[in-house]
Amino acid sequence: METRIFEKTNGLTDKQFHYCPGCTHGIIHRLVAEVLEELDITGETIGIAPVGCSVLAYDYFNCDMQEAAHGRAPAVATGIKRVRPDNVVFTYQGDGDLAAIGTGEIVHVAHRAEKITTIFVNNAIYGMTGGQMAPTTLIGQKSTTSPYGRSEADTGKPLRVCEMLATIDGAVFVERVSVHDVPNIRKAKKAIKKAFEVQLRGDGFAIVEVLSTCPTNWGMTPVDSLVWLKENLVPYYPLGNFRTTEEGK
Amino acid sequence: MSKVLMKGNEAIGAAAIKAGCKAFFGYPITPQNEIPEYMSREMAKSGGVFVQAESELAAINMVYGAAGAGVRAMTSSSSPGIALKQEGITYIAGAELPCVIVDVSRGGPGLGSIQPSQGDYFIATRGGGNGDYRHIALAPASIQEAVDLVVEAFDIADYYRNPVFVLADGMIGQMMEPVEFKETTPREIPEKNWATEGTKGKRKPNIINSLSLDPALLEDHNIKLDKKYQEMVANEVRVEVFNMKGAEVVLSAYGTTARVAKNAIELLAAEGIKAGLIRPITLWPFPHQAFREIPETAKAILTVEMSMGQMVDDVRIANEGRLPVHFYGRSGGMCPEPQAIVDKVKEILGGVK
Repeated sequence: METRIFEKTNGLTDKQFHYCPGCTHGIIHRLVAEVLEELDITGETIGIAPVGCSVLAYDYFNCDMQEAAHGRAPAVATGIKRVRPDNVVFTYQGDGDLAAIGTGEIVHVAHRAEKITTIFVNNAIYGMTGGQMAPTTLIGQKSTTSPYGRSEADTGKPLRVCEMLATIDGAVFVERVSVHDVPNIRKAKKAIKKAFEVQLRGDGFAIVEVLSTCPTNWGMTPVDSLVWLKENLVPYYPLGNFRTTEEGK
Repeated sequence: MSKVLMKGNEAIGAAAIKAGCKAFFGYPITPQNEIPEYMSREMAKSGGVFVQAESELAAINMVYGAAGAGVRAMTSSSSPGIALKQEGITYIAGAELPCVIVDVSRGGPGLGSIQPSQGDYFIATRGGGNGDYRHIALAPASIQEAVDLVVEAFDIADYYRNPVFVLADGMIGQMMEPVEFKETTPREIPEKNWATEGTKGKRKPNIINSLSLDPALLEDHNIKLDKKYQEMVANEVRVEVFNMKGAEVVLSAYGTTARVAKNAIELLAAEGIKAGLIRPITLWPFPHQAFREIPETAKAILTVEMSMGQMVDDVRIANEGRLPVHFYGRSGGMCPEPQAIVDKVKEILGGVK
């Protein structure tokens, strides 16, 4: 007698991902989709895809999707959630989308305590456009627009989004997680689930920052990328919860 | 039906609510602040939502979201804020979403002035965003007309799944006139089964999107959009032709400037000079036919605008080389005076008396 112990979540469509080998978007998409399925909200959910490698997320999540202009996903989400408050609305954004062009929009959904959930994929580089510097690129890290390594004197220090948003009252759930090994992937899924539960209770704005790899633009193998993440990103971007609700504890 | 004395901006807000607008997203900018202020007081009363966004850019993207979710949505601004919205408008057009955008225009370029101007004609008719798209551009010349056009704009937007641009100027936004909210016959509009309302597990996901990585598919999409635009050109032109019989000179003006032009026509008539007026009400699609129908008596066209000359380009196109086209304009927020138009007409006809 066979027992099915694992199957692909119905929160994802059957479309084959276009992501690079070793890209952690694959993991993060799956975690989000599994949470939607487990909370039985896939049919109520409207997701907003960003501009970046995950622009095609609108083909991968098995729910209604809107493609937003670069950085504007939180504003698009506001428009949807305000007119359809009973739907679950989430944005899925990279570090260029959220921490560069979209800083105004993400700060103000937190400020207005919009009842939406944001999944923030931070791999410290611009993937889709070929590896340019991101606001979250580390000092000394090379990119195609910081070819000699990011210089603090020239461009300041990398931006810590969770710490910044946690100062805003409306951001009621702010947590940074990573997907560089299995224990962290489990913790990441827990945080994502809590972030959607915050929305179901209508508590306010919830964001999960997920430290991620970009093997292609970091110029490393997928396995080396996971090690590089752990040794370089985690020390600068500490994992953990910055704000939570009583229920989210 | 009783008439109410209303400020233009507020009447525009009231008209939108009458038309079933359920979402307003805006940002303060002179001279249209009464619109968001009115909406902040009134929207909830009819079950709608109001958000003062953090910028005009955020506001148009909120409109995109709400429109994509199947709800009648609107934003308003003035010229510098309208410039900010251009990104959102091209995305809305590319994704085939309906919405209404109201521009209460002021002096430019840049931060400009806060007084009325018509320097946004190019934005309204060419679009300031990237790519091949069009929006019907409606130009009221009175508050009553603004109300009538705004009410219809929501139907037009839903019918074509396209943004509709309403170009009022600061004068129309700020002045007060009696207005009545008439009952109208709505257009037949198909159900919004393309909207993102949640699949409820009963259908495939709906996707609102303007991206296509396959250029062949994007070309097909552009051809599809163009078919819509050709339908608009064929069916949506509106124009007022005034006092054209036996006209020696044809004035062309829209909005507040058209009212000034009508004053000038009266003054000219008192001096025995026959002047007619072509007043486009849709700036796009432009009323080419009205220019073909100019009588034989006409010797010249004078375009009058509160700008350095934008509509005059379309007048030259519509004229098709038949008559000399002249231009008179004031800019920076200055308003033309009837006497100045009279003097210009006399100059054109040969000698100021």
